[in-house]
Amino acid sequence: MSFAGPLVWAFLVGGFICLVGQVLIDVFKVPPAHTMVLFVVAGAVLAGLGLYEPLVKFAGAGASVPISNFGYVLTKGILDALQREGWFGLLTGVFEVAGGAIAAAVVFGFFAALFFRPKG
Amino acid sequence: MPDPEQARQREQAEFAALAAQYHPQPPLARNLAWAFVVGGLICVVGQLFIFAFQAAGLTATQAGARAAVALLAVGSILTALGVYDEIGRYGGAGAAIPITGFANSIVSPAMEFRTEGLVFGFAARLFSIAGPVITFGILAAMGSALVRFLLLGR
Repeated sequence: MSFAGPLVWAFLVGGFICLVGQVLIDVFKVPPAHTMVLFVVAGAVLAGLGLYEPLVKFAGAGASVPISNFGYVLTKGILDALQREGWFGLLTGVFEVAGGAIAAAVVFGFFAALFFRPKG
Repeated sequence: MPDPEQARQREQAEFAALAAQYHPQPPLARNLAWAFVVGGLICVVGQLFIFAFQAAGLTATQAGARAAVALLAVGSILTALGVYDEIGRYGGAGAAIPITGFANSIVSPAMEFRTEGLVFGFAARLFSIAGPVITFGILAAMGSALVRFLLLGR
């Protein structure tokens, strides 16, 4: 397995996605938090269109590290659950894939707030 | 005799025009370049984590999920140390859009508002940015998945 190719594509695609975010912030004056929300929604829409999964296959971390991936895994979790257990899956599938990341972030936030003081 | 109110308004308008000349324009090209480089580099780190977990014998999906948690840990630690704010100052969206920025958006207010109490300070503020992200993420994902499932059944 070659390592250089995937790293280059991760850099280029991930960098480009962040560049689009900076354009939204600087040119279209979208506040950063709104930009994050927009990217998650965009990821969900692209996932529904079946476009995000090929992007992850192609760009690896370049597509799975930006927050748009969160919209993709939410959508993927719901779709998997819909197929497996029917309509109730629309609810139970939400955190199937994404739940781990949210749990981790909350735990890390807890310990950071416990042991560290903000600077400045 | 000139109306003093009009004269004052004219003076203010002239000052505003003059001040605008000297106000530094936002360095758009530099911001975009920084966002691209910082965001790209964070993704490269993520790819290295994926390689490492795959080398340890995990499948691509497992490795991806663990790399995400590893990046959340890195983002949290750098936020706790005050380093991520520096990265964000240059990186802008390049620091905010990657999952490390999601960790930053949770850890930073959790630390900052802890003094306002554990419930309404720490726990509530923890989700001040993650909350909207998760809320709209769920709504969009439900809509998107529902439409796809109705049309394609998969």
